[in-house]
Amino acid sequence: MKIHEYQAKEILRRYNVPVPRGKVVYTVDEAVAAAAELGTDVVVVKAQIHAGGRGKGGGVKLARSIDEVRDLAGQILGMTLVTHQTGPEGRVVKKLLIEEGMNIARELYLGIVLDRAVSKLVVMASTEGGVEIEKVAEESPEKILKEWVDPAVGMTAFQARNLAFGLGLVGKQVGNAVKFILGLYRAFVETDASLAEINPLVITGDGNVIALDAKINFDDNADYRHSFYAEMRDLDEEEALEVEASKYNLNYIKLDGNVGCMVNGAGLAMATMDIIKLAGGEPANFLDVGGGANVDTARNGFKIILSDKNVKAILINIFGGIVRCDRVAKGVIEAAKTMDINVPVVVRLEGTNAKEAGVLLNESGMDFIVAGSLQDAAEKVVGVLQ
Amino acid sequence: MSILIDEKTRVIVQGITGSEGSFHATQMIEYGTNLVGGVTPGKGGQKFMDKIPVFNTVAEAVKEVGAEASTIFVPPAFAADAIMEAAAAGIGVIVCITEGIPAMDMLKVYDYLQDKDCHLVGPNCPGVISPGKSKMGIMPGFIHKEGRVGVISRSGTLTYEAVGQLTSLGIGQSTCIGIGGDPIIGTRFIDALKLFKEDENTDAVVMIGEIGGTAEEEAAAWIKENFDKPVVSFIAGQTAPPGRRMGHAGAIISGGKGTAAEKMKALSDAGIHVCKSPADIGSTIKEALGL
Repeated sequence: MKIHEYQAKEILRRYNVPVPRGKVVYTVDEAVAAAAELGTDVVVVKAQIHAGGRGKGGGVKLARSIDEVRDLAGQILGMTLVTHQTGPEGRVVKKLLIEEGMNIARELYLGIVLDRAVSKLVVMASTEGGVEIEKVAEESPEKILKEWVDPAVGMTAFQARNLAFGLGLVGKQVGNAVKFILGLYRAFVETDASLAEINPLVITGDGNVIALDAKINFDDNADYRHSFYAEMRDLDEEEALEVEASKYNLNYIKLDGNVGCMVNGAGLAMATMDIIKLAGGEPANFLDVGGGANVDTARNGFKIILSDKNVKAILINIFGGIVRCDRVAKGVIEAAKTMDINVPVVVRLEGTNAKEAGVLLNESGMDFIVAGSLQDAAEKVVGVLQ
Repeated sequence: MSILIDEKTRVIVQGITGSEGSFHATQMIEYGTNLVGGVTPGKGGQKFMDKIPVFNTVAEAVKEVGAEASTIFVPPAFAADAIMEAAAAGIGVIVCITEGIPAMDMLKVYDYLQDKDCHLVGPNCPGVISPGKSKMGIMPGFIHKEGRVGVISRSGTLTYEAVGQLTSLGIGQSTCIGIGGDPIIGTRFIDALKLFKEDENTDAVVMIGEIGGTAEEEAAAWIKENFDKPVVSFIAGQTAPPGRRMGHAGAIISGGKGTAAEKMKALSDAGIHVCKSPADIGSTIKEALGL
C-alpha cells in the first residue's frame, strides 16, 4: 500500500526523524495561510500524488514570497501531473504540502528494502541523492553502500556509523545521521513498511540531517495489526474499479487491452493473460477470483470486467480442483442469466467433472463458447474478436 | 521414488480443528497420507474423525505419535509462531499453506530456522505431494500420477494446470512442490533442485516461476553449474505491468527488476527449455525426455 509524502513525514516525526516543518493543504487560501505561518524566506509547494518524479513533471516549486505561493498553489492544485510513474493519463493534484525551504549543503540517498535474495532488510545509502536509485544501481553500483540487518538484533549503531562515514559525513553530521538512520529503521519495522526511501536526504549548512522527501509503502499483509493503514489509504489515488473489486474480495488490476479475464489463482491468472497475448489478443485485466468461483464471485467478476468499456470478449479460466467444475459452471450460468452480458464469453473449466461442466454450459441456453485446453481457450477468445 | 515425503512419513496438521485444517486433513487421509495427529492449542485430548489424536503442542505430537512432518493451516496472525513451534519440536518437513503472513514476521522465522534441521515449504503455497504416496496440502490429488518428473512452482492453480498437462500425456510425477508466492519463503528453487538432483527416481524437472525477485535467475546459474537433468521452465507474468502486485505478495516488478523477460533470458542462457506459452509445458517435457 502506498501513502503520500506528507503522511510518510508524519510517521517519521513520530519516530523523531527530522523532517522540514510543513502542512498539507487543499485550497489556495490554505496554502497562503500555511506559508505565512511558516514565515520562512523560501517556501516549497509540493504536489501530493502517489507517483514519483513529481519535480520533473512540474509538481514541486520554490516560492520566495506569499504572492508566489498563491500563484504556484493555484497552478499546481487541479493540474494533471504527468510523470514517468503516472502513465500518459497523469494524475490530478488535489492536495499540496507547503514546506519550509532548507539550506542544503549536500543531497544524499537513504533507503530500506527487503533483500529477497538473502531474506533480510538492507539499509542502503548513497552520495547520489536526488537521482533515481535504480539508475545509480545500474550505472555506478559501487556508489551504493549497503548494511544488511540481522532480524534478531535489529539495525545497530555501528552499522549506521558505517553508512554515515561511508557517505563522507564529518563532525556532528555523523551523530545526527546515526540517529536518523536508527529512527528510520525503527519506523520501518514498527509500521510493517515494505519500502522506505528518503531521496534526497539532505545535510544542511549547519550540520542537520533532514528528510527532504519521504516515501513509505506498507505491507498489505500487516493491515490487521495497524488500524492507521485504513486511515491513510487515499482511494482517489487508486483505480476506481480496483477499489470496487476489493470490496468483493476480488483481486483485480486494470490493463489496457480488450479481452477481459476471470481466473482462479494468481499464477494461472497471469499465465492466462500471457497466453491471450501470445494468441494475438490484449488482456484487459488481471482478475483472481480465489479458490473457487461461485454465483456471487462470478456475478461480481462479470460486473467488474464489464465496467471496463474496452472489453470486447471475456475468457473464464477456472481450474476446479477441490471445487468441482460442474458447480463452478452452475455458478457462472446463474450469474450470467441475471445480467446483461453483451460480449462473447469463452469458458474453459478444467479439473474435477470438467466434462459434466461442459454439458451444463452447452445446454444452458446461453451463448457460452466452451473451450477445452488452455490453448483452445486463448484461440477461441481472440477468434471471436475478428 | 520421491523427495521430502513418502507413504511412510508421519504427518500432522497444525490447526486441524479449524475449517480449512479439518477439510484438508480429511482430504489428505483420503489420498493416503499417513496422518498421525493434529495440533490445536487448548483442544488436546480430542479425537479428529474419532481416531486421529489432537495435541496441545507440536512437541507432544512428536513425543506421542512420532510426528515427522507438519502441514500448517493456521491464520496469518499466528502462522509464523506455528512454523517456529514445529521447527523447535524437531519436525523435519514443515509445509505452511497460510496466505497473508506479514513479511516482518517471516524475516524472523527465516532467521530462526537457519540452525534448525528442517525444510520449510511455503508459506502461501499449495503444499507438497508425492503422487500415489502422500499429500501435504490443498492440491487436488487425482490430477497427479506417480512417475519420474519433479515439479517446483511458485504458483497454485498454475501448477495444477502443468501437472494436468503432464498426466494427460501419460507423464507421471515424482514429487510436486509449491514453494509459494511470498517474498520470503523457506525452500527455494535451488533447495528443491538439490533434492531432485540426489533423487535417482527423478529424470527431469518442471520449474514454474513468475515475476518478482531473482530466484529464477539464481536457480538458472546454479542449474548451469550443478544440474544435469533436463529442466523445462515457464515464467508467468510476461504481460504484467511494472510496480503492481499481481495477486501474490512476491509477484511484483520493482525498480525495473524481476521481469519475466529477464528471467526467461537467464534460464535459456543456462540451457533450460523455456516455454513461452503455459500450454506447452507438458509437450516440452515430453520432447526433453525423448518420449
